[in-house]
Amino acid sequence: MKLSTFLQLDLPAMLAALFATLACALIGNFLVLRRQSLMGDAVSHAVLPGIVIAFLIWGSRATWPVFIGAAAAALTAVVLIELVRRYGRLDAGTAMAVVFSIMFAAGVVMMEQAAARNIDLDAECVLYGQLEDIIWLAPTTLASLLDPAVWEELPREVWTLFGAFVFTSVVVTLFWKELKLASFDPALASALGFPAGRIDLALMFVVGIVAVAAFEAVGSILVIAMFICPAASARLLTDRLSTQVAISLVLAAISAIAGYLLAAFGPMWFGHEHSLAASGMIAVVSGVILAVSVVAAPRYGLLARRFRPEAASAGTAAAVRE
Amino acid sequence: MMLAALDSMDWPGLARVATVLALGGGYNTSLVMIGVAVLGFASGIVGTFAVLRKRAMMSDTLSHATLPGIGLAFLAAVALGVEGRSLPVLLAGAGLAGIAGVGAVHVMSRHTRLPEDAAMGAVLSVFFGLGFVLLSYIQTLGTGAEGGIAKFIYGQTAAMSEADAIVIAIVASLVVASVVLLFKEFRLLCFDPDFATAQGWPVGRIDLALMGLVVIVTVIGLQAVGLILVIAMIVIPAAAARFWTEKLARMTIVAGLFGAGSGYVGAALSALMPRFPAGGVIVLVAGAVFLFSLVFAPRRGVLSGFVRHALLSLDIETQHVLRRAYEAGEAARAPGSVAEAVRAVEIDSLSITRSWSPPRRAVVLLSLAARGFVSRRGGEVRLTSDGLDEARRVTRNHRLWEAFLISHADLTPSHVHRSADLVEHVLDPDLVSRLEDELRRGGKLPLTNEPMASAHPC
Repeated sequence: MKLSTFLQLDLPAMLAALFATLACALIGNFLVLRRQSLMGDAVSHAVLPGIVIAFLIWGSRATWPVFIGAAAAALTAVVLIELVRRYGRLDAGTAMAVVFSIMFAAGVVMMEQAAARNIDLDAECVLYGQLEDIIWLAPTTLASLLDPAVWEELPREVWTLFGAFVFTSVVVTLFWKELKLASFDPALASALGFPAGRIDLALMFVVGIVAVAAFEAVGSILVIAMFICPAASARLLTDRLSTQVAISLVLAAISAIAGYLLAAFGPMWFGHEHSLAASGMIAVVSGVILAVSVVAAPRYGLLARRFRPEAASAGTAAAVRE
Repeated sequence: MMLAALDSMDWPGLARVATVLALGGGYNTSLVMIGVAVLGFASGIVGTFAVLRKRAMMSDTLSHATLPGIGLAFLAAVALGVEGRSLPVLLAGAGLAGIAGVGAVHVMSRHTRLPEDAAMGAVLSVFFGLGFVLLSYIQTLGTGAEGGIAKFIYGQTAAMSEADAIVIAIVASLVVASVVLLFKEFRLLCFDPDFATAQGWPVGRIDLALMGLVVIVTVIGLQAVGLILVIAMIVIPAAAARFWTEKLARMTIVAGLFGAGSGYVGAALSALMPRFPAGGVIVLVAGAVFLFSLVFAPRRGVLSGFVRHALLSLDIETQHVLRRAYEAGEAARAPGSVAEAVRAVEIDSLSITRSWSPPRRAVVLLSLAARGFVSRRGGEVRLTSDGLDEARRVTRNHRLWEAFLISHADLTPSHVHRSADLVEHVLDPDLVSRLEDELRRGGKLPLTNEPMASAHPC
């Protein structure tokens, strides 16, 4: 493998994956704590019709129309889920399943219509993204990475995801106290004037933005995995929120880089010449990390619980400390 | 642009639609319609319990989790030299992976501190990611089989063969039979799992049996609607049926019929119109049924809720007017009886009616007149004798309730008026007579005939 190939093909894809996983994992911590994980799932399915409509109207894959279409669909989904839950008197899970599956079905049907008119759009890329298609022609040698002009040509997907990560970091830093309070003691948060419902809505807004920014490059499946797996693993490893967030970011970065490398170069070690799906592999790596945490986490893992039941119960009592 | 697209489509004529719906659209189309209808019936029935048990998203998790099973089954079959695309092999793999997914969620949510929704989301995305990696590997094998496997993601209804339809029919019948056999157990599981546990029912195992049935329905639904939308076949008909009845047996049957109908009509529409993929159309038909039920169902529907609410508020408004009229008559201290004074009150001049907007006043007055409680005499709206009786009854209810709250509910008089205002309108005659007994025993019954003592000055 030549270095220039790595720099031009693998590096930008890895950067895109890295920023996507970091942004998702960061906000995912609060999704997991607020028990809203499945909203990430529902929202990332429900963006499909918005994307297709944007395609049909603008007839191109330009970033902004797609972004607007997806964001509008995400917002519609959140509102519809709430309406169905309230006026239909159904539980949240049923309301989610009803709304997102209908929206997804509408997207699938519209996509066929778009395909009829030779608009290049397939459902696969929405689910799996197109990480492998991100190409950065500018760098040719390691030394060229020091040249600002080279960075200016960084593909827009990478910039979008970098922006999403920065946006998420800013929001989380600014509202750290509110998010923490709403995550651990929603009643107190409401009493202090930060209604948990409104914080959830704001959370959904950020989740929607991150999901929309990330899905085009990495696909909705990876977005869901990254919302949940790193944060859930970190939750099993610590009781402190700040530590949990830090661990989740490290695990997300490990998943992104290890997953990408495994997908791109793993098959070669076994004598295959084709690479595997990178976004899927990153999800798998994050899943393996979660599985290891579930089994072997020092305090909350299955093994620790089995052999030191008193530690586990003591831990539960300490769980909301901080 | 989208409208233009719709214009340029060939819309099938009504006669053609009727022919296809009557199974006259050719052997294959009819086969697919019947196959999907049977599938919809079974999934609606199983879905009833999945929805009532709040397992909708669990079903979603499970259907996503089948993908790696399909990939692994294909690879295993190829390694063993069997035809990798054979449906039973792939579906067996799907089933096993679905069960593994349920197991993983169970372990994480029961035995670690992770909440169930995080466990479901993790399993859903990681399993699906693994399935996608396997698919990308199978693609590199160059066997040309990837199309056959990828169809499970979005479904390929039109490819249903007679053998497939027979498999679906047999499995669906077994699923329905299991639900009938386990009906009592499932009912307990959905409505009172704690009671069931206390009675010694193996709740965990019943739960697993339900999830097992969901896995089976998912697996036979994969080919028809695809693994992302099979959740819709399970959840939407059941959620729609919930609006129409409060009885479990009836809801189960309604859900089955909704599922069957959506499948039947959806498959027919998809066959009639090119480029309308069956999986999506079936779900959209089910979605239309859901939307209709949500809005128009007689008791639990949104519209009936609005109408009921509007009628109740109108009732409350009219009762307020009647009571205010009565109180005004009492306060007037005119010579003669209170009854005459009350009947002499001009409804239009009551402060409560004057504070309303003209349309609102018109509606309330119309409602009073329609019930014969007021009539226009000499240019002024006044109570009729029926209206007087009703006003007396309403005022009496109000004061009974106030007196009850003061003497029995330990509320201070200053707080009573508001809550009496809220509740008095819904007192039924039975409760009124019990309140009367209660208060009579304490010697606190407001007098029936005039002068009616007010429990406190309003």
